[in-house]
Amino acid sequence: MATPNTPLWEVFIRSRNGLAHKHVGSLHAFDATMAVQAARDLYTRRGEGLSIWVVPSSAITASDPSDKGMMFEPAESKIYRHPTFYDVPDEVGHM
Amino acid sequence: MAVASISVSETPLVLYTLRLADDALILGHRLSEWCGHAPILEEDMALANMGLDLLGQARELYSYAAKVEAKGNDEDKLAYLRDVRQYRNLLLLEQPNGDFAQTMARQFFYSAFADLYWRAMMKSGDATLAAVAAKSEKESAYHLRHSSEWMVRLGDGTAESHARAQAAIDHLWAFTGEMFCTDAGERGLVDAGISVDPASLRSQWLRTVADVVGEATLDLPSSGWMQQGGRDGRHSEHLGHLLSELQSMQRTFPGAVW
Repeated sequence: MATPNTPLWEVFIRSRNGLAHKHVGSLHAFDATMAVQAARDLYTRRGEGLSIWVVPSSAITASDPSDKGMMFEPAESKIYRHPTFYDVPDEVGHM
Repeated sequence: MAVASISVSETPLVLYTLRLADDALILGHRLSEWCGHAPILEEDMALANMGLDLLGQARELYSYAAKVEAKGNDEDKLAYLRDVRQYRNLLLLEQPNGDFAQTMARQFFYSAFADLYWRAMMKSGDATLAAVAAKSEKESAYHLRHSSEWMVRLGDGTAESHARAQAAIDHLWAFTGEMFCTDAGERGLVDAGISVDPASLRSQWLRTVADVVGEATLDLPSSGWMQQGGRDGRHSEHLGHLLSELQSMQRTFPGAVW
């Protein structure tokens, strides 16, 4: 039920300490405070999170879908950028 | 109604626990009535979440009341097989949802009280009640924050939302006094360190309420006259209708389970 008075917000949840906030979805709310509360009620009901970020969807600058070829295809042929040609020592842990 | 009501041996501790349980169940049920009807989807979820918090509190309290009573009743019988006059909830909490402002004002008045009350009850000499209080305090703290934010936005919003919020406050104000009343039985529990004297929380409650209502550019009524009766089973007409819906399944199909 979007109206001009209820802007859209993008929601990011951090599930554990040490992990990054991950985008989980979006919601409508009148302002940032209510957006955090709505995010809590919509996206952390099953214990998913320890921290919430909300960002006005209008603040996001997105890549242009029509630039897909130029933007992303050049990376596909450069498999040497994947760290698969050497062994990672166990001591390094999670990478 | 196909099934007769149970009788409950209301010792002071059983009666006291039932009052707290009935508060949580009745307000939780009222909030559940919003499910699918709230002004926005996000708030639909918020109201249902608060209702589920309260239902959880009610279950623990009913189970404890049944255990203390030790007459073979259980949480379901206490919820589904007591008649209106046996219900002990605050009149405030059985008031109809009205518009969204009325629902929020009711939540705000109660949560501002419940937050203080459960925090104080964490020091109860009764280990079960202290544990329920510790869990409920976090829930009611959030209910207070959520309803406070709404009061400010409704009051300091549009002319329409301001008028509705003020009407809700004016309508519900006379039901707030009952939160701070006790009877002789409950005063015995206070003296024994099992419960907390709600009257001792009134000035702090009033400060919280006045702060938020002021920020919301709303006014508190000056009237000091307060309606009572719920704690003794004398209810408004609304509770009977609520219970007829809440209890219809168990009254019609006794012992039905999922």
